[in-house]
Amino acid sequence: MIEFLMPNLGADMESGTLTEWRKKPGDTVKRGDIIAEVETQKGLIEIEVFEDGVINKLLIDEGTKVPVGTPMALILTATEKQVTPVTEEPKIKAKEEKQETISEPGKIKATPLAKRIASEHKIDLSQIQGTGENGAITKEDVENAIAKQVVIPVEESLKKAGEEIPDKSTTTNIRAAVAAAMEKSNREIPHYYLEKTIDMSKALAWMSEANKQRPVKQRLLPGALFIKAVALSLREVPELNGIWNNGLQVKSDINIGFVVSLRGGGIIVPAIHNANLKTVDEIMEKLNDIIPRAKALKLRSSELSDSTVTITSIGEGGADSVYGIIYPPQVAIIGFGNISKKPFAQDDLLGIHSLVNVTIAADHRATDGLTGSRFLMALNTHLQNPGSL
Amino acid sequence: MTKITYREALKQGIREALQKDARVFLMGEDVGRYGGAFAVSKGLLQEFGEDRIMDVPLSESGFVGAGIGAAIAGMKPIVEIMTVNFSLLAMDQIVNNAATLLHMSGGQINVPVVIRMGCGIGRQLAAQHSHSWEPFFAHIPGLKVLSVGTHEDARNMLGMALNSPDPVIIFEYTSMLNMESEIASGTNPTDITSAKIRRQGKDISIITYGNGVYKCLDAAIELAAKGIDAEVIDLRVLRPLDETTFLASVSKTHRALIVEDAWQSVSISSEISARIMEKIFYDLDAPVKRLCGVEVPVPYPLHLEDAAIPQVKDIITTVTKIVKP
Amino acid sequence: MNKEEIEKIIVSSLKKIAPDTEPSKLSPDENIKETLGIDSFDFLQFIISLDEKLNLEIPEQDYGKITTMSSLINYLTPKIK
Repeated sequence: MIEFLMPNLGADMESGTLTEWRKKPGDTVKRGDIIAEVETQKGLIEIEVFEDGVINKLLIDEGTKVPVGTPMALILTATEKQVTPVTEEPKIKAKEEKQETISEPGKIKATPLAKRIASEHKIDLSQIQGTGENGAITKEDVENAIAKQVVIPVEESLKKAGEEIPDKSTTTNIRAAVAAAMEKSNREIPHYYLEKTIDMSKALAWMSEANKQRPVKQRLLPGALFIKAVALSLREVPELNGIWNNGLQVKSDINIGFVVSLRGGGIIVPAIHNANLKTVDEIMEKLNDIIPRAKALKLRSSELSDSTVTITSIGEGGADSVYGIIYPPQVAIIGFGNISKKPFAQDDLLGIHSLVNVTIAADHRATDGLTGSRFLMALNTHLQNPGSL
Repeated sequence: MTKITYREALKQGIREALQKDARVFLMGEDVGRYGGAFAVSKGLLQEFGEDRIMDVPLSESGFVGAGIGAAIAGMKPIVEIMTVNFSLLAMDQIVNNAATLLHMSGGQINVPVVIRMGCGIGRQLAAQHSHSWEPFFAHIPGLKVLSVGTHEDARNMLGMALNSPDPVIIFEYTSMLNMESEIASGTNPTDITSAKIRRQGKDISIITYGNGVYKCLDAAIELAAKGIDAEVIDLRVLRPLDETTFLASVSKTHRALIVEDAWQSVSISSEISARIMEKIFYDLDAPVKRLCGVEVPVPYPLHLEDAAIPQVKDIITTVTKIVKP
Repeated sequence: MNKEEIEKIIVSSLKKIAPDTEPSKLSPDENIKETLGIDSFDFLQFIISLDEKLNLEIPEQDYGKITTMSSLINYLTPKIK
C-alpha cells in the first residue's frame, strides 16, 4: 500500500486545497492518470499518480487545505496483489535477522582468540554465554569461565571419573583451570590482607560437649563452626559477600565455597548455599555428604556454582596461617590455620589456649581494611558464643 | 619547537629541497607567479627564479610527461598536480611511464620524479573535485605512495622522497592547509618506509592515514574518558604498507578499526583488513571493522559533505560498539 | 574377632578414604594420619566407617590413643566381643 501525498508543485508551495477528487476507491489507475484537482497560489492544478494500482481509500475531503506532504489517499499498487500491509514486512525481516544470531545447532560462535584460549585451557565453549557482537564468545567470556570456580573442566572430569580414582589427566585439567583462575586473580585483583588470632577454647569445649551427645555420624568438626560463624559475620559485614563486575554487587544469598584438597594435587571448591540459614548440624551433614564426593570428583554442577565467598582451611598439623588468593569474581577469601595450643594472655594471666589464626584476603577495589577488620571482629564474637551459632 | 601551519610546513620542505640540491625544481600550474593554487609556493619564484619554479600550461598529461622526461634526464623535478582530481588526465604518464619504465627497460632507466597532489574533501568543491584516490595509486607496482597526515610529515617527507631513485606520489590534504600545530624546529629527516604509532593503547588499534590521523587522535581522547584505551596508527606510507607495525599492534589489542575518507570498496582498508585476517587471524577477538567515506559522489552542500566522510563522533561510536558490544 | 580380622577392616576403611595409598603397607608405629595424608574430615569418615563395621563408637577424647596401627589395634581388640 502506498500513500499518495500532497505534491510540491512549486518551490515556495507550502500547502494546497483539494478541490475535487477525480477518482474513487476501487478505481484502477495507471501512472500518469489524474487523481485530483488542487488549488494553489498559482492556480488550479491537476495532479497525477506516479504508480499503477487501485485506489484503496481517500483520506481527505474535498475543500480541505493541507500542507505539502500530507497523505491524501491510499493506493494498492499493482505489485502488491496480496493484501499485505506495509507494516508487516519489517516485522518479518526483523524475525529473520533474529534467527541469524541464534547459532545453528552444533555451531558455536566464538572469536578466533577465544577459541585459542579455550582450547589451551580445555574449556568447553558450549557452556559459555557469549557477550561479543552477535552473541559471539570473546576472550573475556572464556577468561571468566576459567575463573568461575573451575566449574566447566571439572564437569567434564566428573563425567569421566565415575567409580575410578581420579586419573592424572583429570587432575591435570583441574590444575590447569585453577592455575588460570589464580593467575587472573593475582593479575587483576588488588588484595589486602588482615589477620586475627582467635581463642577457640570456648568453641572447642562447646563442641566437645555437643559431640558427647551426638552419634558418631553426626559428630561436629571445627570446620562446620567456622562456616557458620563466617556466614553470620557476613550478615553483619555484607560488603564482603558479593562479586566484582566493574563495581561491587553485594549478594543477599550467603553461599560459602570451601576449598577441598584433592588427593594427587589440585583443589576443588564446592559451595554450601545459604549457610547463614543452616544450623551447625545441617552444615556438618552437608560437609559429610559433599567432601567425600568432592574428593572422588562426583559433585553436581549446582554444588560447584554460585559461591559468594570462599573459605580455605589448612587443617590439623598444618601451617599456622593461610593467606588465600581470591577466586574471581568474588571479593574475599577467609583462611583458617591450624588450631594449636599456644600461650595466651587473658585477664592479665598467662595460660595455654587453643588458638587459631584467621586471615582475610579481600579485594581493595570493593572494600578496605576497616571492613575486613570489622569482619574479623564479628567472627571472633561469634566463635566466642558457640551456642548461638 | 615551532608553531606552524600545514601549508607553511609544506613550503619549508620545498624551500629546503630547492636549497640543498640544484637539480631539484618545482613545476606545476600557477606555482610561480600566482604563488601556488593554495599559496604553498608563495614567494618561491622571487627567491629561486624561473629556472627553479616553473609555471606549466593547463595540460596534466603534457607537463607530467615533461617532468618524467626531466627525471630520466637527470633532474629531480617536484611535479605539482593541483589536486588529485586532475591526475586522471595524467594517469597514462604516471602508470605506463613513471611506474613502469624501470621494469620495461630491464633496470636501465630510473624515473626519480616526485609528484605532489592536493586531495580530499572539505571545501565544498563537490563531486569532481573532492576525490580521495589514495587507493588507486597504492594499487600500482612501481610507485611509492606517501600520505602526509601530520605537520611533521608535511615538513620532512618531501626531502626523503627526493632521495628515492624511483617515482614517489605524495598526497597532501587541502582541508588541513590552515591548521596549526607544533613541530620540532629545523630539519628532521624522517623515513618514508614506516607507519608510526601516534598514540599507544591496549583496547583497540585504530589504523588510519591523511585526514584521518588528527580525527582519530581527537576521538581517542574522548574514548579515554569513557574508559576505552585506543592505539592510533598513522600509516604514512600507503605503498608499500608497513604491515609489521599494524600487525603487531592488532596482535596486542586484538581489535582493529580502519578509518579513511576514501570509499570502502576496494580501498586501503580492504587491503589492511585482508592482511590482518591472513596473518593474525588467531589473535582477533572481534571482526575487523572499517569506517570509510559514504559510497556516493561527494555532495556539494556543507551538511551533506560533512556526512559523507567519517567524523570524530562516528569514530567514537564505532569504536565503542566494537569494544563494548 | 582376632587381630588379623580387625586389621583387615581397618585397612579396608582406610583404603576407602585414601584410595591412592597402600594402608596395608603401614608399619605398626607409623602415624596413620600423617603417612596417608588424611585430614580431620577424612579421619571422621574413617571413625564412622569403623563404627558401621565394628558397631563401636570411638569418643573424641580417645583420638589421641589411636594414632598408629598398633595402638589402634590394641585399643579396639578388647572392646570388640
